[in-house]
Amino acid sequence: MGIAKLEDAKSSQSLPITKPESRLYMSFIHVAFISLLIGGLMGLLQTLVRSGKFELPWGIDYYQILTVHGVILGLVLTTYFIIGFHFALMGKTVGISEKQRKVTWLAFWVMVVGTIMTATTILLGEASVLYTFYAPLRAHPAFYIGLALVIIGSWVAGFVNWRQLYVWKKQNPGVKSPLAAFMVTINTLLWFIASLGVAAAVLIQFIPWSLGYAETINVLVSRTLFWYFGHPLVYFWLLPAYMAWYLVIPKIIGGKIFSDSLARMSFVLFLFFSIPVGFHHQLTEPGVDPTWKFIQVVLTFMVVIPSLMTAFSLFATFEITGRKKGYGGLFGWFKHLPWKDVRFLAPFIGMLAFIPGGAGGIINASHQMNAVVHNTIWVTGHFHLTVATTVILTFFGITYWLVPHLTGRKLTPQLNKLGIVQAIIWTVGMTIMSGAMHIVGLFGAPRRSSYSEYGGTEQASEWIGYQLAQAVGGTILFIGILLMIYIFVKLTFFAPKGEEEFPIAEEEEDAEPTPAFFENWKLWIAITIALILFAYTIPFVDIIQNSPPGSKPFDFPIGR
Amino acid sequence: MHRHEKIWLTLSTAMIVGFFLIAGYQTFALEMGPPSHSETIDPQKVDEIEPFDEPGVYEVGENKYEVVMTLQIFSFTPNEIEIPAGSEVTFTMTSKDVTHGFQIAGTNVNAMVMPGYISKITQTFNEPGEYLVLCNEYCGAGHQMMSTTITVK
Repeated sequence: MGIAKLEDAKSSQSLPITKPESRLYMSFIHVAFISLLIGGLMGLLQTLVRSGKFELPWGIDYYQILTVHGVILGLVLTTYFIIGFHFALMGKTVGISEKQRKVTWLAFWVMVVGTIMTATTILLGEASVLYTFYAPLRAHPAFYIGLALVIIGSWVAGFVNWRQLYVWKKQNPGVKSPLAAFMVTINTLLWFIASLGVAAAVLIQFIPWSLGYAETINVLVSRTLFWYFGHPLVYFWLLPAYMAWYLVIPKIIGGKIFSDSLARMSFVLFLFFSIPVGFHHQLTEPGVDPTWKFIQVVLTFMVVIPSLMTAFSLFATFEITGRKKGYGGLFGWFKHLPWKDVRFLAPFIGMLAFIPGGAGGIINASHQMNAVVHNTIWVTGHFHLTVATTVILTFFGITYWLVPHLTGRKLTPQLNKLGIVQAIIWTVGMTIMSGAMHIVGLFGAPRRSSYSEYGGTEQASEWIGYQLAQAVGGTILFIGILLMIYIFVKLTFFAPKGEEEFPIAEEEEDAEPTPAFFENWKLWIAITIALILFAYTIPFVDIIQNSPPGSKPFDFPIGR
Repeated sequence: MHRHEKIWLTLSTAMIVGFFLIAGYQTFALEMGPPSHSETIDPQKVDEIEPFDEPGVYEVGENKYEVVMTLQIFSFTPNEIEIPAGSEVTFTMTSKDVTHGFQIAGTNVNAMVMPGYISKITQTFNEPGEYLVLCNEYCGAGHQMMSTTITVK
């Protein structure tokens, strides 16, 4: 073969993480777990309100807590946890300098200031616009400015990651970058390119309009920019879970990475195909050219392929490892898996949840089939399987070793057992809640709606039973959250001192060497931009050229 | 590449291609695509512009009706519509204020109704009964109250 191959790195892969580094990484993870508690409580309250058996006290509005839930779990928890995890992986494999660490602290504080600004406006009832903040509902300007600061802070953090890899590559010419660092770079690139869209909407459209400098806003442009960001956002959540599956899980089960090249290829494909697909969230909207809707649907389907590649690679690792350990038979190798190790079990349940989760996603994206489920609570059920089960259970799985590794403590057998209980509680609660949401969504029950009998119609009366089931599931899930918070506090402050392993697997010895073109970042970025320009230029120009007069802001519908 | 991996990826890709070929066939050959009307309107002057200056149910042919409808916080105009069974109904809609959604529970009628744009969607009602119409895009504090019915006789 004429393709240049890369040398394997010998020295790196396992650098020590120093105390000051740990403090930095843990700061991000602390914010994530505080968010989990607050956001989880809001979720519980929502399911209780929708059961019709409970009303919020002190005049608190349903949509206010729904906004808190979406913003704090969808944007705050995820972004902070992911950045903390990214930095831990980078610190472990390519290292961080003192200056880089200081810049990351700056990023952290910019994000915290933004988060507090946004949170304050929501708590004061000045921003009950939900986390998608669709125009022309207008929140307080500080809501948008806070969001912009969170995004800008996250960019700075991403730039530091790129710098870390750049410095490492300078020191190790011709050596293949560690897989972990490669994956982090892909995910931060994805995040940066995607969040340019929402940043443009917030900075150019929403902030001037909310301050009164612009009289009207272009509604469809703002929605298009939001969803240009909104779909890659879910892949920004998912890819860290995939990092754990590719890098960490093989080590935990006592195996090796099936194929370094396959892992890199799937991440590159995610970078290509997760961005030029936002129209599949806007399929039922007027003003968007139907041909371009369909083209983006086709591109959406392409993003299924790297997920199927990942599934193959994972099960190959499971089987190869089992056979090496001497477990024979067609499925005998399944028995060797460490079912009693929560670091494996929690992410494994996450993988299983992605089978129905992914299938549901294909339904949502299937063009005309979207009309059956669009804006129904089926969609809520869908992303509670994907992000709130697949991703979050994997994040919990990471927490069980990452937090004690950073705090110099041990995951005790007792905490491991509690973790297993937590994973089971989560599975039961989510099966009930998400299952009920999926079913009643097919009957037409809407998402994002407070309790209503809809004038007492027969159709809506059939939905109540499912809403009760959601409240039961939601309650079980909240118990799961309390247990997880307990485990987190234990691992952070009270577990016995010791050394917990940072598990990163090595490649199979006979794996094919990784081709050098994987390090060609200019090529990957160029293809990504070309695909985005292809998918968006014509329809976006069309949207702008055929724009109606803009919309004035509306404050009173959200009680401002 | 591993032989089994090749088989797996070939089957996966074939499945995905099958999905979008079917979706494409239904969309373009059978005209089942999602609503994508492109007409615009000044959202500040909906009341003055035809046909929205006179919202209502209009018979436009044999068993064919057009419902000219405005959506506003938190109601539909006209509401409590009645039509005979077997009619083909085209809904022509726009919003007078924020973004709304128009969904008829138990059917595939599901369309965004945004300020500045005219949405059109057509449905044939064969089964008599009362259909719940609701707004399925968050439009403010009273969003859950925004519903009406279509009675098919």
